[in-house]
Amino acid sequence: MTRRRPRVPMAVWLILPSLLFMAALFLWPLVVGVTQAVSGPDGPTTAYLRRMLDDPYFWQATRNTALLIVVLLPLQFALALTMALLLRQRPRLAGLHFYLWVVPLAISDLAAGLVWLSIFTDRGYLNSALEHLGAGSYSWLSFEHPVSMFLAVVVAELWRATSLVFVILVAGLQGIPRDYEEAAAVFGASYWQRVRHVLLPQLRPSLQVALILRTILALEAFAVAQALTGRNLPLLVGETYQWYYTLQNPNVATAIALVVLALSIVAAIGYLRLMRPGPEVTG
Amino acid sequence: MRGRRIAVQLGCIAITLFMAVPLYLIALAALSSRRSLNEFPLTLLPTDVSGETMSTFLRSTGIAGGLLNSITVGLSTVALALLIGLPAGYALARRAFRGKDAYQLTLLLTRALPIVVLSVPLARIFLSTGLYDTTYAVVLLHTALALPTTVLITSAIFLGVPREQEEAALIFGASPLAAFVRVVAPQALPGIAASAVFTFVLSWNEVLGASILTLNRRTLPAQVFTTLADSPLAFRFAGGLALVLPALIFIAAVRRYLLNMWGSTLR
Amino acid sequence: MAGVTVSNLVKSYPSAARRATDDISLEVADGEFLVLVGPSGCGKTTLLRMVAGLETPDSGTVRIGGRDVTGLPARRRGLSMVFQSYAIFPHLKVRQNIGFGLTMRKVPAAEWEARVRQAAELLDLADYLDRYPAQLSGGQRQRVAVARAIAVDADVLLMDEPLSNLDALLRLQFRAELKKIVGRLGTTTLYVTHDQAEAMSLGDRVAVMRDGRIAQLGTPMQVYDRPGERFVGGFLGAPPMNFFAATVTGDGLAIGDERLDGPAELASWAGRAVLVGVRAENIEVAAVQRPGWQIAEVEVAEPTGATVLLTVRWATNELKVQAAPGFAAAPGDRIWFRPAAGSLRFYDPETSLALA
Repeated sequence: MTRRRPRVPMAVWLILPSLLFMAALFLWPLVVGVTQAVSGPDGPTTAYLRRMLDDPYFWQATRNTALLIVVLLPLQFALALTMALLLRQRPRLAGLHFYLWVVPLAISDLAAGLVWLSIFTDRGYLNSALEHLGAGSYSWLSFEHPVSMFLAVVVAELWRATSLVFVILVAGLQGIPRDYEEAAAVFGASYWQRVRHVLLPQLRPSLQVALILRTILALEAFAVAQALTGRNLPLLVGETYQWYYTLQNPNVATAIALVVLALSIVAAIGYLRLMRPGPEVTG
Repeated sequence: MRGRRIAVQLGCIAITLFMAVPLYLIALAALSSRRSLNEFPLTLLPTDVSGETMSTFLRSTGIAGGLLNSITVGLSTVALALLIGLPAGYALARRAFRGKDAYQLTLLLTRALPIVVLSVPLARIFLSTGLYDTTYAVVLLHTALALPTTVLITSAIFLGVPREQEEAALIFGASPLAAFVRVVAPQALPGIAASAVFTFVLSWNEVLGASILTLNRRTLPAQVFTTLADSPLAFRFAGGLALVLPALIFIAAVRRYLLNMWGSTLR
Repeated sequence: MAGVTVSNLVKSYPSAARRATDDISLEVADGEFLVLVGPSGCGKTTLLRMVAGLETPDSGTVRIGGRDVTGLPARRRGLSMVFQSYAIFPHLKVRQNIGFGLTMRKVPAAEWEARVRQAAELLDLADYLDRYPAQLSGGQRQRVAVARAIAVDADVLLMDEPLSNLDALLRLQFRAELKKIVGRLGTTTLYVTHDQAEAMSLGDRVAVMRDGRIAQLGTPMQVYDRPGERFVGGFLGAPPMNFFAATVTGDGLAIGDERLDGPAELASWAGRAVLVGVRAENIEVAAVQRPGWQIAEVEVAEPTGATVLLTVRWATNELKVQAAPGFAAAPGDRIWFRPAAGSLRFYDPETSLALA
């Protein structure tokens, strides 16, 4: 009778490099970051945190970031869902449509900002088109017009970042067997009823993933605003960069970064809780 | 039914125009002569195509260097991410081990970590280890960002090759390594190539970390970003096109794999 | 050519309540075709995979041709295997697939060509050698899997439900072909299936498995005609064996108010309850009254073409009875039946084991 003694499984060796790498480049900086924010040359201090909270730009940035998320995300999801459902109908030239709808996935928010800069700037294409039509121009990006300034950023991000949600939803829809819809149709459901009662519930896991990812990414948006509006629309991560580079204060910069992290975690937990699958999924 | 088909076509066209027209416009802006850019209103048609703006941009300080750095950093990131990530992806796909679920959870969590939280402390760490303002620093950061996704994607790719094929190879005389090389790798290659392109794009587009971690050895987006406030409009338009062009090529190359990758990492 | 001896193989999975294989011992003679059959979860595939070297047992040994291979990896056991999903390589042509085992063993080119061609011809694949698996039908891919297995000329051939992914008609056709090919080669074969008809038709011997143990081992007719326990009788045969409870009396069997003759050997069980088994085809049936025969009422009549399968009710029991084709019976009709002489089997109601 032989009894095999389990050696260290091969699998552990295979994942070890990744674990070490992630510990060095995620854990360590995280720890250093927290110490940077709460301890100075003389030991633990709340000086940096207080400085962050005293800065009016910080509160503006927080408000703008929150507003951006609240306005942008519903629009993105509505658009992405529309796009996914449209493509599901297999229109002609579906390949071309898909390609163009997905190209923004590879475009950074800086590039998106520059692209829409060419449109929204005072002597840009939007005003040129309006001028051609005789409608007169408008200073979309001026800080005297905070609403249009904000909306310009929303539009640029909508253009760039909806692709991610779109791809996630298409993949999710593909995973739903046609049988369910066909059964619903046989039992009398109209198209919209089928969307509401068959597709959306089954899309819940995809929607959850997309929401978490998009919220965290939206919290990080900054280059798009800087490209379009300079410093006129402060955003949290933009402020981080400001404190680090222009004001040469890495401690406050890290403090703001930790605020972003905290918000990301809260959002992720919130979504996971709110959209937890019911017993019909988990059994 | 006819009305439905037409509505769908119109909807698709509308959205495609929304996506494509800005791309057309930035190309138009970057490929117009400086003189036509100074006119107002701008023409919406390519009447005055000129390479002037782009060539001025490319010859500006730091741009050619930035381009080179971006390519170097991108390729190095791909190599390093695959080197570390591929074995881990294989382990996830094929082996059951204690802590597997915890490992997968860790990967998902790190994917959700904001770059900004890492960049500033990393700058301090790199300063003290002498790696600050080198391409190595950016490569390390980008690899860290790309690693979780690489592991999860390659894991999904390996899962797509049925385990029984590897077992058949083992029965018929192949060692575990030979089975991997002869049976799994050939089938996994296209997916891994797509993952590599995806990683390259991630590195190419990353702005914040690259800006914080470097001063003189900047990548292209970092260079464009840090000179935003001081650069003329034409420069910014040219920069926009330079950053957007690779996206068009990349996506064309991998669009077939996009759904597979996202569908599988969702789980 | 070699025999396979499995001794006291035990395997448990951490998530399961009971063992996958519970101390199994089995001997396959050199050149024998042995079938492992049983419902899903009975441990037959686990057993096969331990013989193959794809799983390691918790304890126990595997010997092939007298050699202890328990610690050896799959490629050093001198085996060949056909997988349920065929597992042929989509990126290689049929030719390279069939010759894969030969390539691994570094067989010289001329011999490689000859053996691949031979295996391909045996399985009618000579015209497809330069195609890719994606260009073949399911049945053809199955043949490639079998060709690959026989090209290697191994000591032992393992097969894990190779026919279960084929449609019913192909399955029957290929079953006969497989028997012919393997019979011609004479290789020791260990074959796993959940299909009892397949097990009966292919095996020299059949091992009926349940819950990680071998319930009965014997020739097909042995396990079919004299099931060692109730489970075996109920698993083999279509329809499965009928079972009903009876009490042994001084002069026979009492089933409710009915009476049947019983064998003399049961005398020691007088006064106790027994479980009686009888096969549907061993019950004689008539549409008109016969003296001394049992009376039952037809509930369902299924004409299958070759027979008429009747479900009848008799003294609170439901029995399946096989009648000749064209037997006229409708639900509600009365029929007369009697079990053929010597066809009754008896089982202990508590242990389910056959009574001697």
